[in-house]
Amino acid sequence: MPSLFINSVEIEVQPKENIVQAARRAGVEIPHYCWHPDLSVVASCRMCLVEAGTKKDDGTVAMQPRLVPACQTPATPNTVVVTDSPKVKSSQAQTLEYLLLNHPLDCSICDQAGECYLQDYTYQFGKAESRLDEPKVQRQDKYYIGEQIALFTDRCVMCTRCVRFTREYSGTAELFVTSRGSVEEIEVLPGQPCDNKLAGNVVDLCPVGALCSKDFLYKKRVWWLKSADSVCQLCSTGCSITVDQSESKVERVRPRENPQAQGSFMCDDGRFGWKFAHSENRIRAPRIGRASHGQVASPQLTTIGAPTNAVEQYSMSVNQSTPLATATVSDLTFADPWPGLINHLQSVLKQSAQDHPTKTLAVFSPFMTCEEAYLLADYLKKTNPKITLAMGPVPVVGEDDTYPKGPKGQSPAAEKTRFTIRAEKAPNRLGVEAVLQHFQKSIVNDEQWLSSMELNPFETVLVVGNSPAEWLNDETVSKLRRAGKLIVVDILENNLTHAADVVIPGVSFVEKEGTVVNHAGLAQTFHPAIRCSDGTRPDVRTYMELSGRSGLYHGPTIRAEMASVIPAFAAFETGELGELGKRVFS
Amino acid sequence: MTTENKKKTVRFAEPPKIGLSEALYLPAIAAGIATTVRHMFHKNQTRQYPEVEPDIPKNYRGVHRLNRDDQGRVKCVACFMCQTACPANCIEIEATGTDKNDPTWADRDKFPKTFVIDELRCIYCGMCEEACPVDAIELTSIYDLTGMTRQEMIFDKEKLLSVFDETVQSGKDPVRTVRGQLGPASERLSS
Repeated sequence: MPSLFINSVEIEVQPKENIVQAARRAGVEIPHYCWHPDLSVVASCRMCLVEAGTKKDDGTVAMQPRLVPACQTPATPNTVVVTDSPKVKSSQAQTLEYLLLNHPLDCSICDQAGECYLQDYTYQFGKAESRLDEPKVQRQDKYYIGEQIALFTDRCVMCTRCVRFTREYSGTAELFVTSRGSVEEIEVLPGQPCDNKLAGNVVDLCPVGALCSKDFLYKKRVWWLKSADSVCQLCSTGCSITVDQSESKVERVRPRENPQAQGSFMCDDGRFGWKFAHSENRIRAPRIGRASHGQVASPQLTTIGAPTNAVEQYSMSVNQSTPLATATVSDLTFADPWPGLINHLQSVLKQSAQDHPTKTLAVFSPFMTCEEAYLLADYLKKTNPKITLAMGPVPVVGEDDTYPKGPKGQSPAAEKTRFTIRAEKAPNRLGVEAVLQHFQKSIVNDEQWLSSMELNPFETVLVVGNSPAEWLNDETVSKLRRAGKLIVVDILENNLTHAADVVIPGVSFVEKEGTVVNHAGLAQTFHPAIRCSDGTRPDVRTYMELSGRSGLYHGPTIRAEMASVIPAFAAFETGELGELGKRVFS
Repeated sequence: MTTENKKKTVRFAEPPKIGLSEALYLPAIAAGIATTVRHMFHKNQTRQYPEVEPDIPKNYRGVHRLNRDDQGRVKCVACFMCQTACPANCIEIEATGTDKNDPTWADRDKFPKTFVIDELRCIYCGMCEEACPVDAIELTSIYDLTGMTRQEMIFDKEKLLSVFDETVQSGKDPVRTVRGQLGPASERLSS
């Protein structure tokens, strides 16, 4: 097997690797700014200079007299690389000293501080003091560079990663370099800011604090953020992401490298799409009793005194319109609303399954996780196999948005596409369909159940929404209202929850654990970043209690169970899908 | 230890017999009066607080203040170093960017929108002062901090700046941090 040597560590050669990547495998970090695995190589920052040579057949090593950029040098067989010689160390220190010449050193107010490669490398490879006596060149900050991006010009080290990204990845080419030498700057043309759908990635790409996200600017210091591995749920690409939170509030979302899912980047729709999780419009307590539009309590109730909290609202509505009304308002005011709700749901669904099983419908949404769909479908089919399980509408907006764009904004050819924002704005259509397919053999689509709603309405309908945006149009909701009993699980108040007889709060993807299957059949598990919002609990817990399963929800156990029950989910066998997910079906 | 040994180690002491002079009490009263008279001619040992306030050393760690720069703006750059260093978690800052259209803030990027110190939770360790890269937060020698409610002991930015305004004229500025030099962030501000 051909091999190469990094600091006298012998490792195998792998195709299409440069010395930076090979050294990383050997456990040696070669500092670099301008090189990024997904962008073209320019070798301009000079930070990755190393000594390189060749080991000849007779065993002698011939080193090149000059230093070579590790990012530009392919890791070929018999290459000998030295990264810790005095020559290399001196070069690294000099490069850093040069990069810091005009750097303002305003780490105390820089958002990048704590995750800044300039800080890290200076600490590791640089000098402690500056020898510069001249005043530093000060340049104007550019807040106009993009709607979501600010450029702090004097922090820039001119690695041009952002410029190459807009040229090679988004194809929109808004950013470019003006001037040369110490007055070199990143710039946009007047009236053409960097506002493409992938623009937020340049902030992540920037190795220093020059490009900052306006959304996150000055919000939190990064050392207070705690991260959770998650999966973006705004379209069916299912980008791997990292959710950063502090004190149970999501602060930002970053892409997490996953070659199986999306690569290294993500779109701005997903990057800023988590905000519904902290919306004022969240449903924070279960509710029984059909409310008039937008109003929670009935007029009769408001005469008793406006409900002051969600629990009271619940207990009052229980009092008015359910068989649980034996309890008085004062009894229930401080009670946990959930046990009552679970009892109520169980009795309603059981009754319905007994009286008119064929007129009982459950509508599953493509926003559910596989585990949720499995637990709910399993419960309903065990209650009565004649209950209809249907797939709700899958939201599709426009067409797939592919990158890199051509000079006139045209989409690239299929084989040149590097990133796709999918038109299907739901994370888990395939996963939910697979569950329904197993439990019912054929998937009832929305046309079928909607037409039967019109002709021969279902008596009891359970709808799971959990969409971040309005999911069903008013026409569909008015058809659903014909049901004798409409039970809705949803995150946000919307036309559907206003029409419902029973509303069960769901939680957003940053608050729960689950698995989603993306457009290509890749199943990825996401993990909760923050605690559930007050008054809510994970949907899976509701379904677990509904079905009378004992114990707490444990994702891997449920997934292993799914693998044994549903052949399509055989890949879930161990319950763990790893950081990058597993392909379940294609 | 055996029981026998234990017996030997316990000794019972009788109180000394009172003699005639002790039984009379008079010599003891006379000695007491002598002590009192002697002290009447000594220097006072007590402090007349609060009528006369004590002279507190300048490096005393009392109530915090937020300094102003030479233009009267809050000197703090909202870097959160004090909040990070604080072992009692009594500092809470909310940062914001400066208004780019306001010429008086043209040279600044970031400043604290709110800056709250819970003086009751603070342990007056001085770590915030030490962590500050621009010498914006300092502990003054004000030691007699009182309040009627807990709420009024939670100092906001205005209150902390007013402590600066009060103390800066009093000639009792706190001793500067050991470095004696401002950090690079403040150098940029003053240039």
